Amino acid sequence: MRTAISIENLGKKYQLGQVHSDLLTERIGHGLRSYFRKFQKGSSVTNSSQKSSGDEFWALKDVSMEIQEGEVIGIIGRNGAGKSTLLKVLSRITEPTTGRITFEGRVGSLLEVGTGFHPELTGRENIFLNGAILGMNRAEITKKFDEIVKFSEIERFLDTPVKRYSSGMYVRLGFAVAAHLEPEILIVDEVLAVGDVEFQKKCLGKMENVAKEGRTVLFVSHNMTAIRELCKRAVWLDSGRCVGDGEVNEVVSKYLQKNANSIHEAVWEDPRTAPGNQKVRLHRARLSVPPGSSSITIQTPLDAEFEYWNLVPDAKLSLSLHLYNLEGLCIFSSDSTPRNYPIGLIRDICHIPGDLLNDGTYKIMIMVVQENSFGIYQQENILVFDAHEDERDSNWYGKWPGAVRPKLNWTTEFINKSDNMGLL
Amino acid sequence: MEKTDTVQNAQVKTLRRSVISPSRGWLSLNLKEVWEYRELLGILAWRDITVRYKQSIVGIGWAIIQPLMTMIIFTIIFGKFAKLPSDGLPYPIFAYCALLPWTYFARSLGDSSDSLVGSSHLITKVYFPRLILPISKVFSGLIDFAIAFAILVGMMAWYRIAPTKGVLALPLFIGIAMLAALGVGTWFTALNVRYRDVKFVIPFLVQIWMYASPVAYSTSLIPEKWQWIYGLNPMVGVIEGFRWAMLGKAAPSITLLLIPSLIIIAILISGLYYFKKMEKTFADII
Repeated sequence: MRTAISIENLGKKYQLGQVHSDLLTERIGHGLRSYFRKFQKGSSVTNSSQKSSGDEFWALKDVSMEIQEGEVIGIIGRNGAGKSTLLKVLSRITEPTTGRITFEGRVGSLLEVGTGFHPELTGRENIFLNGAILGMNRAEITKKFDEIVKFSEIERFLDTPVKRYSSGMYVRLGFAVAAHLEPEILIVDEVLAVGDVEFQKKCLGKMENVAKEGRTVLFVSHNMTAIRELCKRAVWLDSGRCVGDGEVNEVVSKYLQKNANSIHEAVWEDPRTAPGNQKVRLHRARLSVPPGSSSITIQTPLDAEFEYWNLVPDAKLSLSLHLYNLEGLCIFSSDSTPRNYPIGLIRDICHIPGDLLNDGTYKIMIMVVQENSFGIYQQENILVFDAHEDERDSNWYGKWPGAVRPKLNWTTEFINKSDNMGLL
Repeated sequence: MEKTDTVQNAQVKTLRRSVISPSRGWLSLNLKEVWEYRELLGILAWRDITVRYKQSIVGIGWAIIQPLMTMIIFTIIFGKFAKLPSDGLPYPIFAYCALLPWTYFARSLGDSSDSLVGSSHLITKVYFPRLILPISKVFSGLIDFAIAFAILVGMMAWYRIAPTKGVLALPLFIGIAMLAALGVGTWFTALNVRYRDVKFVIPFLVQIWMYASPVAYSTSLIPEKWQWIYGLNPMVGVIEGFRWAMLGKAAPSITLLLIPSLIIIAILISGLYYFKKMEKTFADII
């Protein structure tokens, strides 16, 4: 086994906020003004204050790993953990701030299906365009053209502009081109989230073949089933750092557990400094899972528990819980029953049933409501959690559509048997 | 089958080793890498051309209509009303012959200045030397130029004007126009990523630049003592060169070509370095 990729102390820093104006005219004007001021006063004007406003953010910090030739590695982590940044640095889309990566051979990255497709061009034309963008030369594309077309199953529409394609056809064509890339190192980001069952099976098969041929694959996914299926080794990133690296089942289990216990509690001991106002102050927020569950999956029932101090005698209060997904869409809201309370500590627990949420990251906002009508205090992102998809009895790995994924009862019956439907 | 596999394995042993690390200090321009990606450059230029000429009538029409309409307007306003001298040539062909390189230059400059921002979907998803984006725009503009050039040949036949031996120097003038568009374009396209007001500056600059070039009028209108400043504008030499090569006007002096060429090369090299310096941040801020 040879080392295919060697990553040493990799770091990527982003500057948050603005250090300089994003208007060229303003910067030139500023430069001229300070130049003339300097001229008039004959001394330099303090100009260094400019460089303070921005905050630093390390999307990756001290990441090191060795990847062997032919390994298929799964990269897991929450949203914003640095997975995409790592892939972008590896694909040379963005430059690292510190550290170095050494690798051998060509890197092909598939961060998106159909990168650079032009809607006005035909399928045939886009195969050449997309192939070239992904790093194939003309001779290679010509050689593999028939294979690509066959894989994509769009023969009949080869000379139709892709703007007329269905999204399924578009994705199939995009993946078909990418699948015929022959880089020594293949980087794949979440592409399995698209396409239908049959097509996904084909893609998985293709990725397995790629690995069998001794090429190295880095695969990012939120789907633990797919990661377990495809990879032998997993790397877990958290806040830009590598916090787990090893056998896939071990790392995935740890990852799921970690996300279940630790970050789901906030406590404020002192009512004078706790978030709130002169009417209410927060004391505690906690998300708990039933005893015996080690992680939050989409099947897990959850208890969201909140404790807060009421500072006003005889106040009629209730708690309103709003659950948002990562895109900021409110999935649901629910209110507790309003009651009259004396001054003191109140606890409200909202029971969220299992088999309700889809997989994804959720944020909870709470609002203390007075007289059943107006909010007197609200706290956003008081709890944040991931609901994972762990087991799935289907060989489709795509993201299940929908904001929620309730388990609903169905009535299914076969009505009667008939040999001739009158159609044949 | 077995055999090809072993051959491939043998090739794998001589893989290229690459290193990714933060760049520091003076960067090399790495133009060699741009050359390695020449096929992608060609395909991107081909894409632009194909897409533009997909609706063939509109596409080809556009390449012709723009210089032709401008010529008609100039002929009416500057030729007929203002009665600007056209060095003894019929005003329409005098203007059209200048509009040809000018339109090419202005469009290539505009397109290459927009090239990075217009390809943000590529820049954030795949690696390639970003420089091929503005370069491909300078090449794809040549097709429109060729079509409009055919019209000029037709007009020359109509006016019975024969080209001079200077025609052989035409590629030189086109080359200067390409380098000028690319040089200014690399500056602007990199600035365009960083500063959001640059896109408003470009059309304005192009308009001023046209009036600072002998498109609607003749260089002979410029007073003798200002000629040398006027001649610093590289498009003056290019346009006068075109009129000389195609229409037999007096040849532009060597200084009218030499000094602006040096200026263009300075702009281009500084533009390439600025581009290179900014390149690593494009994907982060675009």
